[in-house]
Amino acid sequence: MTITLVFLAALLAFFLGWVLSRTVNVEPWVADGGTLNDRLPEILTTPRIALAIFLAVASSLFALSISAYHMRMEFGHDWLAIPSPVLLWANTAILVLGSLALQWSWNAARRNDAAGLRRWLYIGGSLTVAFIIGQMLVWRDLNAGGYYMTSNPANAFFYFLTGLHVLHLLGGLVAWVRTANRERAGASPEAICSSVELCTIYWHYLLVIWFILFALLLTT
Amino acid sequence: MAELGHDATSYAPPREQPEMELPHSHSFWTTYVFSQDAKTIAIQYSVTAISVGLLAMVLSLMIRLQLGFPNNFSLIDPSNYLQYVTMHGMIMVVYLLTALFLGGFGNYFIPLMIGARDMAFPWLNMLSFWFYFVSVLVLMASFFVPGGPTGAGWTLYPPQLISEGTPGIHGGVLVMMISLGIFIAGFTMGGLNYIVTILQYRTRGMTLMRMPLTIWGIFLATMLALLAFPALLVAALMVLLDHLAGTSFFMPAMFSMGEQLPHEGGSPLLFQHLFWFFGHPEVYIVALPAFGVVSDILATHARRNIFGYRMMVWALVAIGGLSFVVWAHHMYVSGMNPYFGFLFATTTLIIAVPTAIKVYNWVLTLWHGNIRLELPMLFAIGFIFTFINGGMSGLFLGNVTVDVPLADTYFVVGHFHMVMAVAPVMTIYAAIYHWYPKITGRMLHEGMGKVHFWVTFLGTYALFYPMHYLGLAGVPRRYFAYGESSPFIGESVETLNAFITVAAIIVAAAQLLFIYNLIRSRKHGKEAGPNPWNATTLEWQTEHTPPTHGNFGKELPVVYRWPYDYSVPGAKYDFIPQNVPPEEVEMADEGAVRT
Repeated sequence: MTITLVFLAALLAFFLGWVLSRTVNVEPWVADGGTLNDRLPEILTTPRIALAIFLAVASSLFALSISAYHMRMEFGHDWLAIPSPVLLWANTAILVLGSLALQWSWNAARRNDAAGLRRWLYIGGSLTVAFIIGQMLVWRDLNAGGYYMTSNPANAFFYFLTGLHVLHLLGGLVAWVRTANRERAGASPEAICSSVELCTIYWHYLLVIWFILFALLLTT
Repeated sequence: MAELGHDATSYAPPREQPEMELPHSHSFWTTYVFSQDAKTIAIQYSVTAISVGLLAMVLSLMIRLQLGFPNNFSLIDPSNYLQYVTMHGMIMVVYLLTALFLGGFGNYFIPLMIGARDMAFPWLNMLSFWFYFVSVLVLMASFFVPGGPTGAGWTLYPPQLISEGTPGIHGGVLVMMISLGIFIAGFTMGGLNYIVTILQYRTRGMTLMRMPLTIWGIFLATMLALLAFPALLVAALMVLLDHLAGTSFFMPAMFSMGEQLPHEGGSPLLFQHLFWFFGHPEVYIVALPAFGVVSDILATHARRNIFGYRMMVWALVAIGGLSFVVWAHHMYVSGMNPYFGFLFATTTLIIAVPTAIKVYNWVLTLWHGNIRLELPMLFAIGFIFTFINGGMSGLFLGNVTVDVPLADTYFVVGHFHMVMAVAPVMTIYAAIYHWYPKITGRMLHEGMGKVHFWVTFLGTYALFYPMHYLGLAGVPRRYFAYGESSPFIGESVETLNAFITVAAIIVAAAQLLFIYNLIRSRKHGKEAGPNPWNATTLEWQTEHTPPTHGNFGKELPVVYRWPYDYSVPGAKYDFIPQNVPPEEVEMADEGAVRT
């Protein structure tokens, strides 16, 4: 549980700082002319906050899974590390490119460049699909090599963690399809900039999660 | 007083947030079924939760009938008994309390109390309810699958959960896990909504430190739930893999009926860690909104500002934070390093500090208050009693050395029912009696309410207090019958068990009276008017009662003060609503000042 607790401690420290900054020097019992205001900074728009909260929930899910990974390794005595297929490196590269493509798409949206937005949006989506297919190939190869899910906890966790990651990407692709549909229906770059931005941030987040999971699989 | 008579909004800054666009409904379906109005969704949540809660109450009566009058009822066999125990626990904790406090109260009160027109994402909000509804249907389906629902207890510990001999290991477990998964997905949508709405859609002047404590409680509890439910989700997914795919996350090597099972090396302890990492915060997911609601009701009905508002907020935050580092106190007897036990006993006892701050502040709010023993107040005071009582026995169980002999006895059952069943339910009743007039425009019947209160309050004491003695006498929980150990149990235990069962039946009957009151008062209750309790918070200041779609009239209210301006010295009335500017406060005539 150490990893989960570290994650929660960081989150709690941030939250405590925020709450204290807005509550310590306040005298709630004093009435005023209705001028008091403690809104969040303007950069934190409603969709951005919603995404940030969702990412906190997803992080909790991944942190707990990684904690479970460590605990199962520690508690049981039957752990046999799984080899890391070379294909995983290629998949990682594809996911990095996918994240970059979406970043460029977002940049193009901010420049009001409709052609660039469309190009990079579709490239980003395709690369993500390619990554998912790549992960499926990894699963197929491992299965063919006799690394079944049931034969060892290390295998089970490998399928579990990579599967969880792919599920999150699939969820992201739903948002991506909705954005692409709006783009196809002729929405201006300005109108879908916010959607592209949310997709991009989510993709970067899942990339970081993938780095963490991949490092975990490589080192244990 | 120079500006008296000015337009109230002329000196307030313009809205920072653009006016919300509300999805308007045009048909019966979008108004009552697939509604995107938080108030309708709140009522849908509440009605579903209370209905399923009544079912869980019936299950608890079945448990009690067997315990009080063993083997008199052919309907209850050992398997059924375990299934009733399991479903009673799971329904009450997750599908009633969590759903009612956050889905029901959260949806109704957040927009109204912070001065918003609706939730930030109304469509997602609707989806959240329908996920919850489907999860309830799926859970109910487990009564009809072959083998019935799972009987492993609401804690769902493997390996027992999926081992031959436990009822419902085929369909029941599967259905339970799927239902929990759907519930968690639905809750995540709702929870996101509550937090974003509180952060972004507070009206002008509604600073964090002017939010009613109800909103603080719901806000923090939602955060706990969003971070804790993933633990249950991870555990549920892994159990499903163990069960269906034959992996060994939790399942150790086992022999069953002379055959070795495919599992090997899995750790049941890992499941317990994951489960309680969700399970303990869950207690506070239920308790924090209850704390908030009770604070507001005590202040309103004692006509006094809440004592130590800031301390109350920080105590809520502290309890929320601490609730994540005490989970292993549920596992003292599961086998752990003694130093861990010491660590978790310490963190557990530290929670008593912020909790005690809250209890003292409630009592000090009542001190010298102009207490009106109206129905919500009775239940709120009842809450303080049961909560202190349950909290005290928590101190016993939090200590490893005391917990070891008491673990899995009726002492534990008595403790958690006092603190986590009766106390929150008292709050739910307090809240319903308090806000029913706003929700329906009519008062609940006073006489029936009084009967309901006294029977429930005294009845639950008669029900759960003796359980502590049963526990001290060593009576184990979750046993269908004591079998050959009966000679050691003693006759007094049987008498006490029969007494508890009778008390349970009386308490259950009183709840039916309450349901009748709810239905009857809907049409025949006394007209309530917009603000029957002379309360200060924004939901009582709406143009219409019950509030219409969009909550407030053309203009959103502007907030000038905190929600606890009761009995302000010099003011003509003993309450000043949050949206009354300082210039418009009516002052009392000289010499007629009430204190």
